[in-house]
Amino acid sequence: MSTEHALTPSSYITHHLTFNSQSIGSGGFWSLHMDTLIVSGILGLITFGLLYWIVSGVTAGVPSKRQAAVELLVEFIDDQVKGIFHGDRNKFIAPLALTVFVWVLMMNAMDFLPIDVMAWVYENVFGQSHWRAVPTSDINTTFALALSVWFLMIFFSIKVKGLGGWIHELFCAPFGSNPLIWPANFLFNLIEYVSKPLSHALRLFGNMYAGEIIFLLLGMWAATGLVGTFFGALLGAGWAVFHILIVVLQAFIFMMLTVVYLAMAHESH
Amino acid sequence: MDITFTLIAQALTFAILIWFTAKFIWPPLMSAIENRQKTIADGLAAGERGKHDLDLAAKRSAELLREAKEKAADILASGDKRASEIIEAAKLQAKVEADRIIAGATAEIEQETFRAREQLRSQVSAIALAGAGKILGREIDASAHNDLLDKLVAEM
Repeated sequence: MSTEHALTPSSYITHHLTFNSQSIGSGGFWSLHMDTLIVSGILGLITFGLLYWIVSGVTAGVPSKRQAAVELLVEFIDDQVKGIFHGDRNKFIAPLALTVFVWVLMMNAMDFLPIDVMAWVYENVFGQSHWRAVPTSDINTTFALALSVWFLMIFFSIKVKGLGGWIHELFCAPFGSNPLIWPANFLFNLIEYVSKPLSHALRLFGNMYAGEIIFLLLGMWAATGLVGTFFGALLGAGWAVFHILIVVLQAFIFMMLTVVYLAMAHESH
Repeated sequence: MDITFTLIAQALTFAILIWFTAKFIWPPLMSAIENRQKTIADGLAAGERGKHDLDLAAKRSAELLREAKEKAADILASGDKRASEIIEAAKLQAKVEADRIIAGATAEIEQETFRAREQLRSQVSAIALAGAGKILGREIDASAHNDLLDKLVAEM
């Protein structure tokens, strides 16, 4: 917490919700959230580096404990994908699902770090007055993932059905190929194509953002006195436990939706 | 809550991570898992086969045992039969031999009897001659009465 400002509830919350933004051009769009990028990048490096390290020593014989753990994760993902996507999943869809699940899980898990302790660390160890450590509570991250999946969805639709097949599907599904209901079909598909990335991105963002906000509110309550400290700590602990579920669940949901959307793109109507 | 270039950068990071996972993490792990699954499946199949072989071997050994027992019983039976045959044959041979010995002995006894009688006869005739000679003294000419005496001997 920056000591030069007076500590009011609004300054506390604003402080915690301000990105470490670096401008790279004129206009609001041309800036980078360094905290989001660096945290997600480091998490990506650590997790996938760890996975790579374990996989590089992989054996088909008796597996080591860490290999067994990774295999457990991979087979869990593979099972999920197998149930939804019927095709050669090993080439792209299943690795994609693994990437999404692991990366989102790690980014979500940054929410477990105690916000005010970490704020002190960022301020006094790294010299950053603004640092948001949970990349998935940045809407840019969730939209980056959701829109990537969205483009992949359109890519696979066209790849599997051909451009003509895809356009045909835009107008002739789900209600039928009668020219009279083409507008209705198209409108339906349009809404679907818009709502998919929106719901995909906002679900994850909303959950993680709300989680952060609740920690902040509990932190504020804790600053109001002995009773506040007691209940803030108690409820904070409760929310943290509940958050373990949310973190894993949201990562799982995000992965499942990714797989479902891409599996739907592979199916012809 | 503003959309910034961060989105593009994050999408790029995402793409790199997907590529990395699809190329370096998923395939080797999956092939290891599949190899192990195959090994386990092969092992289970081999176990099943071994069990089947064991069943067959047990059946075969029971069969062999049964055959061996049958053969042993056959051998015993034929041995018994052969033994009784030999005994019968030996009995028969013994009887023949005994008959032959008895016949031989009988013949010999007859011969001996005959010879003894001959001897006796000749001795009797000699004794008779001697006695008669002693009784008659010189009156009887041995050569003149030999015919008579021989006839007497033949009658005896």
